Amino acid sequence: MTVGAALSGTQRIARAFARARETKRLAIVVYLTVGYPDRAATGALVRAALDGGADVLELGVPFSDPLADGATVQRASEVALHQGVTLADCIAEASTVVRERDATVLLMGYTNPFLRYRGGLRGFAPDAAQAGAAGIIVPDLPAEEAAEFDVALDPEGLARIDLYAPTTPDDRLSRLVPSARGFVYCVSLTGITGARRALGPDVADFVGRVRRHTSLPIAVGFGISNAEHVASLRGIADAVVVGSAALDTVSAAPADRRPEALHGFVSALVAAGKT
Amino acid sequence: MITTKPGRYGEFGGQYLPETLMPAVAELEAAWLDARADAEFQDELARVLRDWVGRPTPLTDAPRLARAVGLARVLLKREDLAHTGAHKINSAVGQALLARRMGKHRVVAETGAGQHGVASAAACALLGLECVVYMGTVDARRQKANVFRMKLLGAEVREVDAGSRTLKDAVNEAIRDWVTNVRTTYYLLGSAIGPHPYPAMVRDFQAVIGREAREQMLAMLGALPDVVVACVGGGSNAIGIFSAFLDDPAVKLIGVEAGGEGIASGKHAASIVGGSVGVLHGSRTLVLQDDAGQIRETHSVSAGLDYPGVGPEHAALARSGRVRYVARTDRQALDAFALLSRSEGIIPALEPAHAIAELSAIGGDGPAQTVLVCLSGRGDKDLEIVMGEGLVR
Repeated sequence: MTVGAALSGTQRIARAFARARETKRLAIVVYLTVGYPDRAATGALVRAALDGGADVLELGVPFSDPLADGATVQRASEVALHQGVTLADCIAEASTVVRERDATVLLMGYTNPFLRYRGGLRGFAPDAAQAGAAGIIVPDLPAEEAAEFDVALDPEGLARIDLYAPTTPDDRLSRLVPSARGFVYCVSLTGITGARRALGPDVADFVGRVRRHTSLPIAVGFGISNAEHVASLRGIADAVVVGSAALDTVSAAPADRRPEALHGFVSALVAAGKT
Repeated sequence: MITTKPGRYGEFGGQYLPETLMPAVAELEAAWLDARADAEFQDELARVLRDWVGRPTPLTDAPRLARAVGLARVLLKREDLAHTGAHKINSAVGQALLARRMGKHRVVAETGAGQHGVASAAACALLGLECVVYMGTVDARRQKANVFRMKLLGAEVREVDAGSRTLKDAVNEAIRDWVTNVRTTYYLLGSAIGPHPYPAMVRDFQAVIGREAREQMLAMLGALPDVVVACVGGGSNAIGIFSAFLDDPAVKLIGVEAGGEGIASGKHAASIVGGSVGVLHGSRTLVLQDDAGQIRETHSVSAGLDYPGVGPEHAALARSGRVRYVARTDRQALDAFALLSRSEGIIPALEPAHAIAELSAIGGDGPAQTVLVCLSGRGDKDLEIVMGEGLVR
């Protein structure tokens, strides 16, 4: 644990992906909105996801206007905001789980709350690093607008995970992907987050296009809902990100069985990712 | 125009968007610049603006209003007389022509008061494009007649029951639709807000207001106005009329935001007067937000101004001091609504009633001034709202 605490965010991410690779399976990244379904539940859900085998956690920072998110994350954000959950609360949640479990934790949220953190981005970065967070994912922050983030995050060893989409053309990939840190997040479909019945037909082609420009691990997210989806990504991706389907699992379970339900859901995804 | 690099107005502007849309805004910018330089496109736009929109709109002398507010002369730029009843049509028809040129057969739009939705629906009907309009459930309830108009014009109206259920949430949902259907769909954004190139492109299509008004002023009075005043929600009518006078330092420019129940009450939509720097809907600008960076719910009697952000160029013009931004309350706007109706026989929309409400204060600075007001829309849509406000004895 003391060894882990000395690792930078980028190193933590590398370690998490290496462990999955060594055991010949896809790394499983689980997204949970902090404060959903209530503040008190988050700690137990986070532990359940880790106990179920999640390699990386994305702690969702709620935002009033989540324009890249579908109904599930929108609703979870509304519930969390109703309870006054802030970015500072999410950092505190990350700190707890890193301290207890030496986990790899990313904060996922929209641009504005990061900018408005106490002291701005230069206040945020040291606080997040101190908490042991590995990095951030910001779905409304394309590379063109990210310079002020990178200037603050880099010295703290925090990774800003880039997202790429099926609509991203090759020339843009070749210009931007080489500067990616940690891992590369491929959006599986042209659209917003949310569980889907089937994966997009061109995921393999898209991941292949991205892989030509990087040796970093590639995670596929958006729309991944179940073990079959995970299994179908074996040999294509290095990791899968599951968010809305995890929240849906939590929502569907009786209030006193939520951690167990999430644990079971994540375990099945981990098993499905074994080659 | 204050720009540092394309799409930036000093510290404001930019493209804060999901990666999925980045190629789309690049494609849009290229298509817009190409159309802008194409004489054939410009001729068609000019023809549609003349024969279908009814441009040029008149400049109306308003002597009884001027007397009532203590000014030498007030001139009204009559965007209320444009087809579909507001300035929104100028940009809607320009962008619909652009959508068709880009080979996009499906258009999505957001609307607050419904004027942009109606304008988009009409422009799409004219050009045979499919049109989907997102509208908050609160707005749909207070602007029922416009919902019916949109449907009559063949558009599908999708009500948005999320967040504050007003314009902000309609924009979120329109962007989500655009992200999902980006390959076939054109996003017809209604105000000078959003990611580049929208603020610049919408200004470009709305600049016709300022160009005409300037020529009409010179023809009628042989002089420029002392003051130009316009209401500001996102700020498309204001940037349209201001654009012709930005380089005339002697012309004072005033933007009037929605003060709701008063700035001190916190229940308002004055993003410049009462806001701070933030990122909303693809742009860094002035927004209404709490300490944690959550966008605040807004309030205005006028659905068209009920928005927690403002176009990035307005934020920059406020910062530079070239334009002075003020706020007028619901009550002041309602009184101005009645005043213009009775003094000039013109029922304004509640949005430009905020601009009319500023005239007395301008008159207080000196009675000899000539003031040009952008009367951005007409009030038919607002009758149901104002009926309960005690304006009729």
